[in-house]
Amino acid sequence: MKYMLTLYAAPEAEPAYGTPEFDAMMGEYFGLEEKMRDTATFLAGEGLQPVATATTLRKRGGKVETMDGPFAETREHLGGFYLIEAADLDAALRYAAEIPAARYGSVEVRPVMEY
Amino acid sequence: MTPQALLSRVLSEDRGRLLAALISRVGNFQRAEDALQEAAASALVHWGRAGVPASPTGWLLRAGLRKAIDGYRRDATLSRHRDAIAVLAEEEAAEPDPQTIPDDRLRLIFTCCHPALEEKTRVALTLRALCGLSTGQVAAVFLDAEPAMGQRLSRAKSKIAAARIPFAVPAKEDLPERLNSVLTVVYLIYTAGYAQGPQTGIDLCTEAIFLARLLVQLAPDQPEVDAALALLLLTQARAAARTGPDGQTLPPGDQDRSLWDRSQRDEGLALLDRAIARRAPGPFQLKAAIAALHAADGAPDWQHIAALYARLRDFEPTPVVALNHAVAIAEAGNPAQALAQVRALAGALSDYQPFHAVLAELLSRLGENGPARDAYGRAIALAASPADRAFLMARLAALD
Repeated sequence: MKYMLTLYAAPEAEPAYGTPEFDAMMGEYFGLEEKMRDTATFLAGEGLQPVATATTLRKRGGKVETMDGPFAETREHLGGFYLIEAADLDAALRYAAEIPAARYGSVEVRPVMEY
Repeated sequence: MTPQALLSRVLSEDRGRLLAALISRVGNFQRAEDALQEAAASALVHWGRAGVPASPTGWLLRAGLRKAIDGYRRDATLSRHRDAIAVLAEEEAAEPDPQTIPDDRLRLIFTCCHPALEEKTRVALTLRALCGLSTGQVAAVFLDAEPAMGQRLSRAKSKIAAARIPFAVPAKEDLPERLNSVLTVVYLIYTAGYAQGPQTGIDLCTEAIFLARLLVQLAPDQPEVDAALALLLLTQARAAARTGPDGQTLPPGDQDRSLWDRSQRDEGLALLDRAIARRAPGPFQLKAAIAALHAADGAPDWQHIAALYARLRDFEPTPVVALNHAVAIAEAGNPAQALAQVRALAGALSDYQPFHAVLAELLSRLGENGPARDAYGRAIALAASPADRAFLMARLAALD
């Protein structure tokens, strides 16, 4: 079954760019796929630019409205995602627990819809 | 025996086993439960017409498998279920008997107590699936309306299927934590029964002890499981003495120890010894050891109890454990140290009645009668039962 893991964190809670903690965190992210190979299969994953770069769009009555900023103003922002293939929720949760964002933010684990 | 009476007896004894067997074969909690429900309904018709079968549970399991096949056939996305139907048909043809197939209730309890479900849902699902309570009875336990409880249970079963919460005993690396989640649910069921008594018509203390015994049988060699049953038995052994004639909670010093159930206590002590001998300490062993010291003949060894609470705080760093630790420190002869520890919990436990009762007791022991009065006032305002309120008011009156 496919699971989407979405990473949320408050920007100020993350290690700052340029610090040894930041480098250690990035090292963990780069090594995650390999480390978790026996738990679940990595299908896709990306980190996102800061929420200040977000544009939200909606279409009402055929007219496109755009808004500067994220869909919802929250303290913890969506910062990235993983798409994995795992046998069950236990395996997906084990994968999520190894994502650095779980330590200073949260990881939401959701099964992907099957058609 | 009428078919109706036989069916309710079989379901009250074997519902958990039948449900577990069906889930493991059908692969879906909701479908398995629906199938069992339909099998029970047709049992009433068939047993009345054709007579009672030699093995009622075997009959129900086979009927359940057929109903599950029907359920898959009714499904609009039939093509996706072809393999499942073939497997179930084969199972059904083999005439399985629940007495001889492996008991799958351990897998079922791990599913019901999965940490991906809300804690209240875990308790409700366990009572429904393993203890065989009806949805209405589970609702009564929580003082909820039956439709609301029905929705909670059905949302949980949908999540189990959609998120693929496994029907399995967890992998070794996850086992200690997951077992703790299961034992916590059993303990919550027990404490709910302890708090409300048998007023709902369901004795939750008995249900919790049934579950703990089941776990000891299904997951042997687990010291925390032995200790959880020991904890319940050691607490239950003293249950008859804990309240006075008016139902008010009595302080341990005022309890009539001749009301203790000695055989229950001895069974608890033997289980605890067996658990400790495995040298893998855990929170339930510590709680059971504390309960054992309270159930000892003679005065409780508060020094020892305080030391055990200090260790328990390493496993469970919660304010309630810290409060209980403080009580033990006070009883061991250090009320001033205890008071400092209790005061530090004021923010976390401001709505917790026992916090104010303990604070009041410590203040009055240290001669601070004014603040003690205020604390008794808060405790009385938060008291859950008239008997407890009366007890606290007597303590307040004794201050003057």
